[in-house]
Amino acid sequence: MDLFEYQARDLLASHGVPVLPGGVAETPEQAEAIAREIGQTVVVKAQVKTGGRGKAGGVKLADNAEDAKARAQDILGLDIKGHITHRVMVAQASDIAEEYYFSYLLDRSNRTFLAMASKEGGVEIEQLAVERPEALARIPIDATVGVDNQKAAEIVDAAGFPAEVRDQVIAIAVQLWDTFAKEDATLVEVNPLAKAPDGTVLALDAKVTLDENAGFRHAEHAALEDAASADPLEARAKEKDLNYVKLEGEVGIIGNGAGLVMSTLDVVAYAGEEFGGVKPANFLDIGGGASAEVMANGLEIILSDPAVKSVFVNVFGGITACDAVANGIVSALSILGDEATKPLVVRLDGNNVEEGRRILAEANHPLVTLVDTMDGAARRAAELAAA
Amino acid sequence: MSIFLNENSKVIVQGMTGSEGMKHTQRMLASGTAIVGGVNPRKAGQSVDFDGTSVPVFGGVAEAMKETGADVSVIFVPPPFAKAAVIEAVDAQVGLAVVITEGIPVHDSTYFWAHAQGGSTRIIGPNCPGLISPGRSNAGIIPANITKQGKIGLVSKSGTLTYQMMYELRDIGFSTAIGIGGDPVIGTTHIDALQAFQEDPETEAIVMIGEIGGDAEERAADFVKANVSKPVVGYVAGFTAPEGKTMGHAGAIVSGSAGTAQAKKEALEAAGVRVGKTPSETAQLMREIVG
Repeated sequence: MDLFEYQARDLLASHGVPVLPGGVAETPEQAEAIAREIGQTVVVKAQVKTGGRGKAGGVKLADNAEDAKARAQDILGLDIKGHITHRVMVAQASDIAEEYYFSYLLDRSNRTFLAMASKEGGVEIEQLAVERPEALARIPIDATVGVDNQKAAEIVDAAGFPAEVRDQVIAIAVQLWDTFAKEDATLVEVNPLAKAPDGTVLALDAKVTLDENAGFRHAEHAALEDAASADPLEARAKEKDLNYVKLEGEVGIIGNGAGLVMSTLDVVAYAGEEFGGVKPANFLDIGGGASAEVMANGLEIILSDPAVKSVFVNVFGGITACDAVANGIVSALSILGDEATKPLVVRLDGNNVEEGRRILAEANHPLVTLVDTMDGAARRAAELAAA
Repeated sequence: MSIFLNENSKVIVQGMTGSEGMKHTQRMLASGTAIVGGVNPRKAGQSVDFDGTSVPVFGGVAEAMKETGADVSVIFVPPPFAKAAVIEAVDAQVGLAVVITEGIPVHDSTYFWAHAQGGSTRIIGPNCPGLISPGRSNAGIIPANITKQGKIGLVSKSGTLTYQMMYELRDIGFSTAIGIGGDPVIGTTHIDALQAFQEDPETEAIVMIGEIGGDAEERAADFVKANVSKPVVGYVAGFTAPEGKTMGHAGAIVSGSAGTAQAKKEALEAAGVRVGKTPSETAQLMREIVG
């Protein structure tokens, strides 16, 4: 889960990382109130989970509270690369003497954590990594040891931070590690980490990604979720514990197992090329079990998507045999009754496949077409969606 | 021969007395696996009856290994306790720890992987279906009756695509099929399995199945080019996955331009691996080699 800047800032502050005073506003009036409390020049920043806010007009300085209200008015509602701005952060503006970069992240390739630091921050770090790799220190972190003062000093010295900020940055590096480890983050990035004219080092902008698998030990993380901007179908699927992702297409997809469902999307898109570019409408993995109830919940979500023209149910009966899956489909259709209005193409393979196919053939549901192979079924579903 | 698991493997189950553990221990036993014990400190000294086979429960992995000679542990322990369970297995120096559990925080898996470095335990998973050497042993949740012993080696990030491919090629059979798991940090990689299949005299050809996220397939492609002389066919899932969305598996995510299916396919093809457009087409490519 990616956090908004204001959420990341609050999380960092709760672990002792120095940040500037500020708050988050959903209306121009709220922005005005925050600016009045700060009582000096503020920066009003669009809260969207994408880069390039400044260039898009999403970051503005305001000299006083009235000005902050006007700037918030400008920025709220702004479309930044397809992300609508629903909130702005209003923070005390700071003059910047120097800009640095600091992050911790999961390094999948090396199966470890990585610290990255540079005394040349404020720029796109991907660009710096390509153009001047020597300016970006990359230090692996042993997951069984973590970052103490000594390790932090190693990172800070490898990046060549100026002597006058060394001790401050070491302390911040330990606090950032504290955030990364204790919050189960996969990314904590501060850019810029800035030196103010008085020599104080502060985190001025931050990105944090949290591991949703660790939710069981962070009940408080649930409140950080951006439910408002979630797709309504995705939100309903989540309530029913379904693994669903909305896509832009016409063929609804249900399958069991993440890999098989991803593969099903590809095979449908491939078959759809023949039928005017028909595409999959969603990802939905009902899991190895594929019970009738889960099947009914899944079908209900997919059939309520107005973009869906046909549905492809693609199940490999492994742990659950095909006869149980077929019974699941039949009872799901009877649970749904008149709500089931779109043609279903079903492909079953695996354990007890003959019995599964017999059950579906016997039920003889007018909406259901049984096709033996995955490729053939994908083609039929695409054809029905294009009709 | 087979890799990592054979007819002499003695298997214990951590979390055997939970509902998933019970269900799959029963299935593993039914497929002929030598299940010699379970581990649960609260039920130590008891035994569990599986259709007439009595399996003793031990208080810890080290004790279970000492009493039974077990060299494989299959782990069904729920996410909050999985890290401690894997560390216990590693500290007991079990040869193979198969972590089935889905939903383990990545800080925990990164920790136990680091902890296992320099030790004597191979970790498979987490978030995986385990591995099967058909007709010999089955450690995990892969259905045993899909196919028989044979000459194809299979390594895959996905469980159901593993089953699908075993089914497509069921008449030829498999030396070993391994599901390495869909998490961002896993113990055994495509490369580890490719190397073992290359060295296994029974394996004549290899299928590798990948999916979006990370760069494991690209690294595997480099490995194949330099080190694998046996024929390899490949399949990659997730061409239609949108950027920034997790597709079921925690590790299946395209970040910016990194981790795309297209890049993985191109890397594999550049290494001489024939890549199928669909699972069936991939199976057909394998048939042309070993059929």
